Parts: sequence; structure tokens; C-alpha cells
Amino acid sequence: MRLVVDLNRCQGYAQCAFLAPDVFAMHGEESLVYSPRAEEEQRERVARAVAACPVQAITADGLETVAGGASDAAR
Amino acid sequence: MPPADYLDWLRREGRIVIVGASLAGLRGAETLRAEGFAGELTMIGDEPYEPYDRPPLSKGVLLGKAEPHHTGLPHRREIDAKWRLGVAATGLDIEARRVRLADGDEIEYDRLLITTGVRARPWPKEEEARLDGVFTLRTRDDAAALLRRLKAGPRRVFVIGAGFTGSEIASACREHGIAVTVAERAGAPLVGALGGVIGAVAADMHRENGVDLRTGVMVTALEGDTAGRVRAVHLSDESVIEADVVVVGLGAVRNTDWLAGSGLGAGPRGIACDAGCRAFDFRGIVTDDIFVAGDVARSPHALFGYQFLSLEHWGNAVAQAETAAHNMISPSAERRPHLWVPAFWSSQFGVNIKSVGVPPMGDQIMITQGSLAERRFVGVYGFQGRTIAAVSFDNTRWLEFYQRQIEKGAPFPVEFPTVDRRPEGRVPVDADFPDPALPTHGPMVTLSGYSPTDQQLVFHPARH
Amino acid sequence: MTQTSMLRQITDFANRADPYPVYEELRKTPVLHEEDGPYLISGYHDIEALLHDPRISSDAANLAAPGADELSGPEATGLPPSFIRLDPPEHDRLRRIANSSFGPPHRPRRIENMRGQLEEIVTELIDGLGDAREFDLVDQVAYPFPVTAICRVLGVPREDEPRFRAWVDPIVAGLDPDTRTAGDSEKAAQEARLQLGMYLNGLVEQRAREPRDDMLSDLVHSHGPDGAMTTMEVLSTAVLLLIAGHETTVNLITNGMLTLLRHPGVLARLRDDPELSVRIVEELLRYEPPVQLLPQRTCITDIEVHGVTIPKGSRIWLVLGAGNRDPHRFTDPDRFDPDRQDIQHLGFGSGVHSCFGAPLARIEAQLALSQLARRLDNPRLVEDPPPYRQNAVLRGPRHLNIAVDGIR
Repeated sequence: MRLVVDLNRCQGYAQCAFLAPDVFAMHGEESLVYSPRAEEEQRERVARAVAACPVQAITADGLETVAGGASDAAR
Repeated sequence: MPPADYLDWLRREGRIVIVGASLAGLRGAETLRAEGFAGELTMIGDEPYEPYDRPPLSKGVLLGKAEPHHTGLPHRREIDAKWRLGVAATGLDIEARRVRLADGDEIEYDRLLITTGVRARPWPKEEEARLDGVFTLRTRDDAAALLRRLKAGPRRVFVIGAGFTGSEIASACREHGIAVTVAERAGAPLVGALGGVIGAVAADMHRENGVDLRTGVMVTALEGDTAGRVRAVHLSDESVIEADVVVVGLGAVRNTDWLAGSGLGAGPRGIACDAGCRAFDFRGIVTDDIFVAGDVARSPHALFGYQFLSLEHWGNAVAQAETAAHNMISPSAERRPHLWVPAFWSSQFGVNIKSVGVPPMGDQIMITQGSLAERRFVGVYGFQGRTIAAVSFDNTRWLEFYQRQIEKGAPFPVEFPTVDRRPEGRVPVDADFPDPALPTHGPMVTLSGYSPTDQQLVFHPARH
Repeated sequence: MTQTSMLRQITDFANRADPYPVYEELRKTPVLHEEDGPYLISGYHDIEALLHDPRISSDAANLAAPGADELSGPEATGLPPSFIRLDPPEHDRLRRIANSSFGPPHRPRRIENMRGQLEEIVTELIDGLGDAREFDLVDQVAYPFPVTAICRVLGVPREDEPRFRAWVDPIVAGLDPDTRTAGDSEKAAQEARLQLGMYLNGLVEQRAREPRDDMLSDLVHSHGPDGAMTTMEVLSTAVLLLIAGHETTVNLITNGMLTLLRHPGVLARLRDDPELSVRIVEELLRYEPPVQLLPQRTCITDIEVHGVTIPKGSRIWLVLGAGNRDPHRFTDPDRFDPDRQDIQHLGFGSGVHSCFGAPLARIEAQLALSQLARRLDNPRLVEDPPPYRQNAVLRGPRHLNIAVDGIR
């Protein structure tokens, strides 16, 4: 599955790195590095990471989220 | 046909062509479909790949955390497009509404979205640029080739230009234990984007991590051996450094050559468009069927005195493509302006660097939180009494506060106290940007004046 | 309704079972200030902004008039404040050290690797219900589960729970901003915190001699780029993690089961699809957050929110439970809907103080709720609403009696 993280949004809360450590990793305190193509067997873990991201920054094939919602519309 | 009927027809069965199949093109296509465009959609891209993400190429890919050919962008929805990949657009006929392709095909459109982006600025001496071991880094093929060479264990990598890409490459080399020299024409890395005060911090990061950083020098020549492989780099201070890999990080060139003679207001600085992403023609008259988004666009920004801004930013590509796509199929009353506040990130030497606003517009900076010495801080840039930008090193959770300050034109200097204000952050200092007449490598934000038709070059490559 | 009654209504125990009508009223005045009380912030966007505002302090020392405060200065309790009551850079330093033994980048798999153990713990607890036809979810599962988990993470003997519970209860009571009992509960909380610190000191001394694979050992032996924690810092950090590690999760699990029992359709779906627990827990963190409000912030300069100037040193309450149901942010906010696409809740706070243990809490709640859904045969609420704990900040049922036809 393909995935991308909006690193402008990312604030380094590292929830994805806790929940799917084979796909997401922290590099230093705040930088996220990730594998943009995760193995299919990681789908469940990636889905947990997508749901847990406090800034809704992760987009992955087949896993829908809406980033920002009204907060962006307001800006 | 009355305009409303035309729009109905367009949304139902019109033809939309997107030239440029990267991030902006893909997000534009998704937005068109999400907003109900049911007509024919064609995506044209010069690379033979479906849209992929570029920022990981100089970060996760070089660090070995991702494969260069595995950065394909996820799709937010089905876009049901006709893909024309691996074939470049070579010309545009505005009157006949036709895009010409390199293979001789011509594709007609009712609405056109141009998202052709930028390409890496090559080393200006063509013969030297062709030497084996000389690389640029923009595409996934570039990244794959460079990575292969890094894995082979070069004796020394030489990076020309300490902008973000150059710094990220140097950082990756050091993680792999590869010797690396970085040459920067300015006094420090990142000065074009963030100024000399922050550049000094970046310079320390380079040196502490074992980078042989050389500032205030220019590369004068690349020297090859008899087999046509690069073997040394000659600098303006007469020194010669042996290196078997050279990466040219001299910023980007906008992909507008294919529009030469088309009548669009396109040139080396990009394609001028209005706040609604509609392209200007060369007379300064706005078109209504050609839209522009992403790195190739230059558009006026309300927050920065309506100067035209060219932004080589990931988030801008997404936001501008969404706005352009929305406007392409909406009546004028429902169109939206592109009001994105510039923002970017970089990751190097394990430090997360983020910025909002337009730092190079600032003339002063103050460190409002944390400390430069600890490399955890927020710096705020001011211009004519206003807060214009902010940068953070490993302090990103505060940045959205400063974005709001920028959006409301908050006063500068920042007088209020903050939870981590140090004595060094009480007074503003000169942000120390280089003379704009001598731009540095890859500033990523270019203020390009007020004229929609000005095709003059602002970025002058070094004379060698 | 006068403004004075609003603060009283939030803390009033009579509204504990359903504080949301009070919050709805509260949101009509985005910045609500009573005579000498705190400034109440209840809109999602205002709360979110203040959580990222560097003019807002969590340090009690910045309050112009310190009032009831469960974790105040060292002279009062003998323990320095934990990082939850500190600002950067001290907060950042201590949190980084604590994180180096808890999560990425240094220990990215500590929590993920506990999944199997956590699953076992919850399995045993549910096994322990035997063939009961009625049980109290709080006493039998929702409390013992996170206690056992945090004890393992830290390295605190599980069998000491009755001992430390006697100190934890008054500390948690001290977090309740009910002004009527503030004086007494504050004193009791300080005394209990000291006692708990002394108890933990025994374990810390032992780990200093014989390190094990637990966080107490790592905290004692920390020596990264941020240096080491002092013994006092280790103790105040351990007190914080021990308490925060279970007193919030118990409510997340209990509020969760209560909500599922009130939404049998969702409960039925969870029975067949354990991964639905992921979205259910996120929606719970919005719909019934275990931490209802953050009463400990102040501003270090005059700030303006919604046209209201909040003077320097004022106490500010961020009412997360109200922000999570702000109709300006969420469509149909009073509906529990794990399928909603946008659940960017404030349940774990945000900014530098965002919940340290969030990943552990998420996994615990997901495991507990999915296994309860699968194993309880025809579960029914015995009373609705159930009896609540006194606390208005850490809000949740004191007991949740559930009738079942059997345990699978």
C-alpha cells in the first residue's frame, strides 16, 4: 500500500512510530521518516497509525481520513 | 451558450487536460473528480511513472528507509484518467486549445491545468556535467542512481550548494559514514532560505557531524579522468578536492520551456497566474481556460503585499492544485483565492527544521523560544514592524501559534514573554540574508515583483 | 442562569453523569469568567490555539494567586513538580529523558511488544469473572487492567497495589477542582504524594543497585545527551506515570463500555470486527474523554481570546470535554459515531503537554473493549446512569454493573 505523510502537519507526536514501528520511525526527537510503500501485512498497523495521528497527517491507499476538517476551512 | 450552461456542459462532458503528473497534478485531478467533474480527464507526464512523492528522495530514501521507486503517492479517490506518461508536452496552442506532445500527438482541451513543476538545475558546463559520477537529485531515477553509487562506498562525495537538498544529502552521507565535502557560495548553509543567523546553526550541525563544509567558495571546475569519471573538484580558492561522486544542488529550473511562443506569461520564473490560479497571457490579461498550480506557478499573495510568489513547497502544490481544480469547474462567484501561508520542512542531521511565512522577506530575527546553542528554538522574522515568518528547530509544536501571528500581521519585535524565552532572545538582530542580487542556492521562495508579464531572470547561476 | 452558577454546575456532582448540557451552555460564552474564578475556555478552536500558545504556562509558580493545587511546590510536598506542571525547557528535558525509556526513537517497540502481555492480562481478568451473572466492570476489569499494565511498564510490584492505592486516591481527589473541599484535599494530596514518593524511592534504590528491564531502572540509569535525572526528579516522574498510567485509562475503558452498551449496534459490530475498536476508541476520546478539563494553565502576560483580555497570572481552564462537542468543529457532535471521517479530538490534549502515555492507553482500551464485546454474552446495563466518581476532571463511573447471560 502507498502512503504519504503531510510533514507540514506532522508535529512529531510519534503515535505512528509507536503503533506501526516497521513503517514509521522517528529520526531524532521530532523528524519522522517512513516507508512510503508499506507491505500489505502492515495494513492493520498502518490503519491504527492513521486513526491515531493527532494531526491527521497520514494518507494511505484505501484508508480514508479527512485532515483538519473545519479548522482548515476556517483559515 | 450562456456561462452557466457552458459550465454544466463542461462538468458533464468537457475535456480537461493536466500537464504535469506529479503531486499537484494528482491532487488537482482528485479534486476535479471529488467536485463532480464527469468529463474526460487526461494526465500528461514526461516521466514514465504515475505520480510519486519527491521529499523522501533526499531523506528516507538516501537513509535507506525507503526504496527510490517506491514513493508512489496514494490516491485519495479514483480519478479515472487517461494517462499519457513518459511523453513530454512540447507546445501549447492557446487559440486552438491544443497541447502538443513529444510523440507528435495533439490533445484538445476545454480547460487546461499546468503543473509542470521544476527540474534540477544542471551543472552549467555541459561537458563536465556529463562526467560519470556527477548527479542531480530531483527524480526517482536520480535518487536510484545516486543511492547505487553511495552504496558502492565512494571515497568522498562532493555536494555543490548547501541549500536544503544539498544539506540533506550531506546528512545522509554522514549517516552512512561516507566522507563528504559541501561547498557553499554564501557564508553558511541555508542562508538563502533562512538567513545567516540560522545559517550559522546549520553550519555547526554540518561540522559537528563531520561534514567538510567550505563556505564563501565557488566550484570552478569538475575534473574527470581518462575514462570519463569525475575525480576532483576545483574551487575558487584554488583548492582541489578529490571526489568520486559529485551532487549538484544548485536549486531548480521551472519547466516552462515548452510554453515558449505560446503567448502565455511564462518564463524562467514560472507562469504568472492570478489569486484564483488562472494563467496570465503575455499581455498581462488573465485567461479563463488555463490554470496553473504548484512549483511552476507564480501568484500574488495578499499577506506579502500582493507580490508574486514562486513557492517550491509540497504543501503549496497540494493547496494550490485543490484551489485551481475547484475554480476550473466553478462559476466566478464560487471561486476561491489561493491564500496558502508558505510552509516547509527539512530533516537533516536528526533535526527537524520547519518554517512558516516568508523568511527572506524579513530583515530582523529574534529567538523567541529556546536557544540557538541547544538547537531547539523558534526564531521569528520581522519586516517593517510586522511578524512575517518563523522557523523552528525541533520545536514544531509551537509553530502554528506563530502562523496565526503572521496571518494577522502581529507587530514585530515580539514584545510578549514566552515560556522559554532566553536572554539572547530579548532583542531582534539582523537576520543576515545575503544581498538579494546575489541569490544563493535553492532559496525555495522567490519574491518576483508585481508584473504578471515580467520574464526577466532573477536567479543568476554562478559564473565559473 | 447566572455566570457564577456555571463553574458550580461543572463541579456539581449532580451533573457528573451528563455534563454535556452544561458545556453547551458554557460554549455560548467562549471565554467565561466569574468573579475570582478561572477563565473557562470551551470552544474547540480556542482550546486548540491555547494548547500551542507559548504565553500559556503550566507552571504553578506563574499563577498570580495560587489556589488549590495538588502538585504544588517542593517546600509543600518534598517532591519537585513533575513535567506535567513545568514549562520548557525543564519540561522538555524531563519528558525527553522519560521518553527515552518509553518510546521512539530510543525504545520504539516497548509498548507495541507488550500487546501480547496486555491481551493476556485482560483475558485473565475476564476469565476471572467466572460464571457470574452480574459484575462490576470497574473493580473487575477496567481498574485492575491498566494498574497491572503500568506496574509492569514501570517495574512496580503489582501486589503493592493496595498500599499505593491508599496514596493515589487522595492525590487524584486533589485534582478535583471542587472549591468547597479544596483546602483539606490539597493538604491530604500533598501528604499522599510524599508518601507515594517515599514508597517508590525504595524501588528506585533497589533498581540503582540491580537494574531490570523496566522504566524505573531506565530512569535511574538515564545518561543520554540530557544528562541524568536527579533522584527527586525520578520520583516525581514515577509518581506522575504511575497515576496517569491508570487513573485515566480506567475511565476510558469504563466510559467506553458504558457508551457501547448504550449503542448496541456498534457493540454488535465490534463483536465481529475487533479492529473497529481503533475507531471506537478515537471517537470515545472525543465523545467521552477521560480527562474532561485541564485546570492548571495560566498566562504569563495579558492575552486576548475572542476579544476578552485575560490578565497575566489568571487561572485558565481548558474544557476539553466541551471543545470535543463544539458544533463549529464537528458535525452532529452529540452523536457517538465511530464511522465519522474526522475525529481530530482533544482527548489527549495537544502541543508539548500532549498525553505522554497515549499509545499505551489506546492499546489498552482497544484490547479491553474488543475482548469484552466478544466474550460477554448479552450484556446489559444494570443501572443507567451508573454511579460516578466525585472527580470532575478525571470523570468516569465509580461502578459499572453489567448483567450477562454468561462469559464466553
